[in-house]
Amino acid sequence: MPFEWTVALRFLREGRFQSLLIIGGAAIGVAVVIFITALVNGLQANTIRRVLGTQAHIVIRPTEEVARPQHDAADNRAVLPRVEARAQRLRSIDQWQPLVAMLDDLPGLTGVSPMVSGPGFAVRGDATKAIAVFGVDPQRYDRIVAITERLVQGAFRVQANEAVIGKELAQDLGLAVGDRFRLVTSEGSASVSEAFMVTGIVDLGVRDLNRRSVYIGFRTAQALLSLPGGASQIDLKVTELFGAEELAQDLQARTGLTVESWMRTNEQLLAALRAQTITTTTIRIFVSVIVVLGIASVLVVSVVQKRREIGILRAMGASRGKIQRVFLLQGAVVAVVGSVIGIALALAMVVIFLDVARNADGTPLFELVVTPWLFVGTAIGAIVCGLAAAYAPARRAAALDPAQAIRI
Amino acid sequence: MGTAASPAAPLLELAGLTKHYGTGTEVETKVLHGLDLVLQPGEFTALIGPSGSGKSTLLNVIGLLEPPTGGSYRLLGRETAQLAEAELTRLRGHAIGFVFQFHHLLPAFTATENVLMPSLVAEGPATAPRRAAARELLTAVGLADRLDYLPRKLSGGQQQRVAIARALAMSPQLVLADEPTGNLDTHSADDIFALMRRFNHERGTAFLIVTHDPRLAARCDRIVELVDGRIAADRPNPV
Repeated sequence: MPFEWTVALRFLREGRFQSLLIIGGAAIGVAVVIFITALVNGLQANTIRRVLGTQAHIVIRPTEEVARPQHDAADNRAVLPRVEARAQRLRSIDQWQPLVAMLDDLPGLTGVSPMVSGPGFAVRGDATKAIAVFGVDPQRYDRIVAITERLVQGAFRVQANEAVIGKELAQDLGLAVGDRFRLVTSEGSASVSEAFMVTGIVDLGVRDLNRRSVYIGFRTAQALLSLPGGASQIDLKVTELFGAEELAQDLQARTGLTVESWMRTNEQLLAALRAQTITTTTIRIFVSVIVVLGIASVLVVSVVQKRREIGILRAMGASRGKIQRVFLLQGAVVAVVGSVIGIALALAMVVIFLDVARNADGTPLFELVVTPWLFVGTAIGAIVCGLAAAYAPARRAAALDPAQAIRI
Repeated sequence: MGTAASPAAPLLELAGLTKHYGTGTEVETKVLHGLDLVLQPGEFTALIGPSGSGKSTLLNVIGLLEPPTGGSYRLLGRETAQLAEAELTRLRGHAIGFVFQFHHLLPAFTATENVLMPSLVAEGPATAPRRAAARELLTAVGLADRLDYLPRKLSGGQQQRVAIARALAMSPQLVLADEPTGNLDTHSADDIFALMRRFNHERGTAFLIVTHDPRLAARCDRIVELVDGRIAADRPNPV
């Protein structure tokens, strides 16, 4: 072994108790950073999955109709300055078929689903419930919101006059698969009422959605909502979750339609996620600083204790650089050993957490996100911290005057 | 080093050497006042003088541990003032061996490892021949059965033997010994002294020994006496 390694390792072994203390400190630091990161990443992934599980990542809608104030042609003065906002009627996206064809070929999208949706009532016997009608193509829509996976009963089949309804709505109307109810809509001039058979009951995980969601066939909905050949919105699912807003803005610029990403419709969620991320980063920084200070203070003491040895080594012809590297290496070795122990500790904490934190039904509360990169990244961070911690003590050791160091 | 002196050239040459501490401050202390001293290769010299006369400082300057304040110091024909820090460090490692009063072994390393340390610094990991040489040296100082002992398991005399073996590990031209027997009983002190004398005869290594013990000084080839930072006497001492 080269001089620096030999002496660094022997110094660490000699000051066994001190070495164990700082290795323990580094290990706990590494474990905390890994565990917190895994916990918060898991929490965020879980939150996002829950919230976005029943939402499209991006929704394309027709531009809203705006009433423009009239201007006098001669002097451009507003003739009627006060303009009442227009009521937004249900409209189709202009030229939606070529748009869907274009989106199908766009990279970065995992689902494209045109939809006709509008308000209506579900009626059975004396009971009437306000609902939202979603006219979809099941194959396409499944890629936006996994209805098939969330079925409590029946199948996601919506041919002519077949409907899949939310769990709470089924309860409210006393419906089961095979039962019939009426759908009433009043788009256009006259209200339309048609009989539907329940083919499936879905639990979307959100009570409000379960209470008012009715999925029917795309064409049936076009007729029911007086939108023949039209589509009122297009839902998109993206691969890059946090790139959704950028893509939405790009699409808006290209199509001139209203394009909204989940990031805009869930601004509060996004803010909460960001706050969480900032909190974890803060915790990580403070843990790192504490570990660095711990390692540094022990190494500073070690330099003082080993003054004489440093002096002897310098008298034997060890250069300042060599002495400096001896102490830098000690910092690095502490970090590496601490990382290995810390990673094992973090894994144990994850296993225990998954065992303790369970839902009432015994399933894990949420998955912790533990990737190899998290370990590699933390270990690299720890080594950088170890070297940073050793830097000042190493400089002091190198700067010792050998003649003085020996005399003591 | 490659600059091995020719037989006639002196080992080291001090001319008008001064050493001040705290230069430029109110408490400037002048420790050495213009010393002239020449040591020949293979000389066995005692450096005596009262406490505070500058013996240790002179030893540090000669050992390249401290730079002189003024004057000239030539070691093996090279003016040390012109050498960079890295060259001084290398020269110190190769040309000079140190034996200190309080042994100053590395407590975390065994006797053999302590002897191997100078070559580990200079040349890297020990090879089999270097290990053999280290064991040979320790055998020569009478520690064949203590090769893998840690310093704290050795007596004071034994530790000083290891220190001598270590000082000789790089076959330096000069060994500087600062009261090498100061901490030992008379019997051990005689042993250590005899050992240094033996290496001086066998290897031709020059020794400069600081000592308070007139009995030991009397057994050196030359006695240099330092008083108040000046050489008060410098006389050959035919044994």
